[in-house]
Amino acid sequence: MNPLNDPTRRRLLTAGATLGGLATLGLAGCAATPSGPSIGRVVVVGGGYGGATAARYLKMWGGNVDVTLVERNTSFVSCPISNLVLGGHKQMADITRGYDGLKALGVKVVQGDVTAIDAAGKKVRLASGTELPYDRLVLSPGIDFMLEQVGGLQAALDSGRVAHSWKAGPQTVALRRQLEAMPDGGVYALSIPLAPYRCPPGPYERACMVASYFKQFKPRSKVLVLDANPDVTSKGPLFKKAWNDHYKGIVEYRGNAVLKEVSGTTAKLEFEDVRADVLNVVPPQRAADLAVKAGVVNMNNRWVGVNWMTLESTAVPGIHVLGDSTMSAPAMPKSGHMANQQAKVAAAAIIQLLKGEAVNATPVVMNTCYSFVTARDVVHVASVHQYDAADRTFKTVPGSGGVSAAANQIEGRYALSWADNIWADMLAA
Amino acid sequence: MIRPLRMAPAALALAALAAPPVLAQDVNLARNLAATCANCHGTNGNARGDMKPLAGLQADKIVAMMNDFKSGAMPATIMHQIAKGYTDEQIRLVAGYFAAQQPKK
Repeated sequence: MNPLNDPTRRRLLTAGATLGGLATLGLAGCAATPSGPSIGRVVVVGGGYGGATAARYLKMWGGNVDVTLVERNTSFVSCPISNLVLGGHKQMADITRGYDGLKALGVKVVQGDVTAIDAAGKKVRLASGTELPYDRLVLSPGIDFMLEQVGGLQAALDSGRVAHSWKAGPQTVALRRQLEAMPDGGVYALSIPLAPYRCPPGPYERACMVASYFKQFKPRSKVLVLDANPDVTSKGPLFKKAWNDHYKGIVEYRGNAVLKEVSGTTAKLEFEDVRADVLNVVPPQRAADLAVKAGVVNMNNRWVGVNWMTLESTAVPGIHVLGDSTMSAPAMPKSGHMANQQAKVAAAAIIQLLKGEAVNATPVVMNTCYSFVTARDVVHVASVHQYDAADRTFKTVPGSGGVSAAANQIEGRYALSWADNIWADMLAA
Repeated sequence: MIRPLRMAPAALALAALAAPPVLAQDVNLARNLAATCANCHGTNGNARGDMKPLAGLQADKIVAMMNDFKSGAMPATIMHQIAKGYTDEQIRLVAGYFAAQQPKK
């Protein structure tokens, strides 16, 4: 039962909100907050592609929704484009954006860590002790790692000897420094986990970007791709062509290379030990700790099951989960673009639910992933996913979607424009 | 349950007065569909950089472009693949939504 459908409760909420509105009338001129009673309180946890977009669209479409965005970092650092920082083609400042645009829209941005979620009492507790009550909660917490699957990996990451760089920020800087410090003639090894993982083409783009750096500055060096998957999981022929055309003698690819253990910068596979000068491990992944804390991880003990019309958890009512933490629909990638799309479906649904109205029964999401194979040449993969009411999931449209015919520089410009547009879309800046 | 039933005749009367009649759910549907384009074409079609702005374009031009992408008449890097994912009715809704947007300078 949705308590907001109860007319008595709706009137009480409205009355309370009106009083609150009157008390803050003196501030009305400062923010872009429309006048009138609030239709409800939404707390969004996680200010990445999913969460920031949800906050922005809840405000833009919902008008008088109280939106609070909780994010542990002071600014947003994008995973997409971060491989260009590793290649030396972009700087950290190029992939870092602030939350001022959302603040100007009237989103309350709170920097903090969520320590507990009380789904029954409908409130979120922060490490600071602050409690945030909500009518609807949105979690967009991303991924965390299953470090127990690789011996020695936790210690290697903790010591800083090995970087994952699969969450952009200090990890991106750390790996770039290791690459810069590596002598010419060295070996950079990149371990890729079995799918599913965040950003399917990301590791192969990373191999290209590190190789482009080596080609120019350390031409005797090697990029060794140790892929747990039997073959390249995304845009395979396009990446292999790029390795052959641009990085012959630099990139070496090995499939079925499951990482068992890390010792120093040596990657221990099932039948051999691979010595590297720089070891970069993308660890196996699951829904983030916050999703575990919220009790919403109910698929394969690893991902969050959601109702795709609303992104509401199938385990805990009132909690909507976006992005990489979700159990993906068939052929749906874990990407920032997809998290942004899911956030819009969720924002629209949450507004209708707060108003006691029917949600959109025919949502659509689509995905575009651009990957750089050189500093300027790019390849894409795209897909469109329509909601299938009978099977209650998103399905790709037959005949739609696909990959680039060949790597090209036009899409190199589009890829950077994609970043500008999606960052502006999510951060209102 | 009583209130919605009482509201219904009033809502119907309002819908009948409006010309052309557009249901609120269609307005939201057009808005929601158009939002799937924003990642590249900007929020409400106000694109940055090398992407094509869609805000304020004539609806029939948008429909014609999408049909040309679908048929292959207009060469593209990616839009021929994306256009095929949307129904004609969805494209009509999206086009109407962008046509109604004010382009930002």
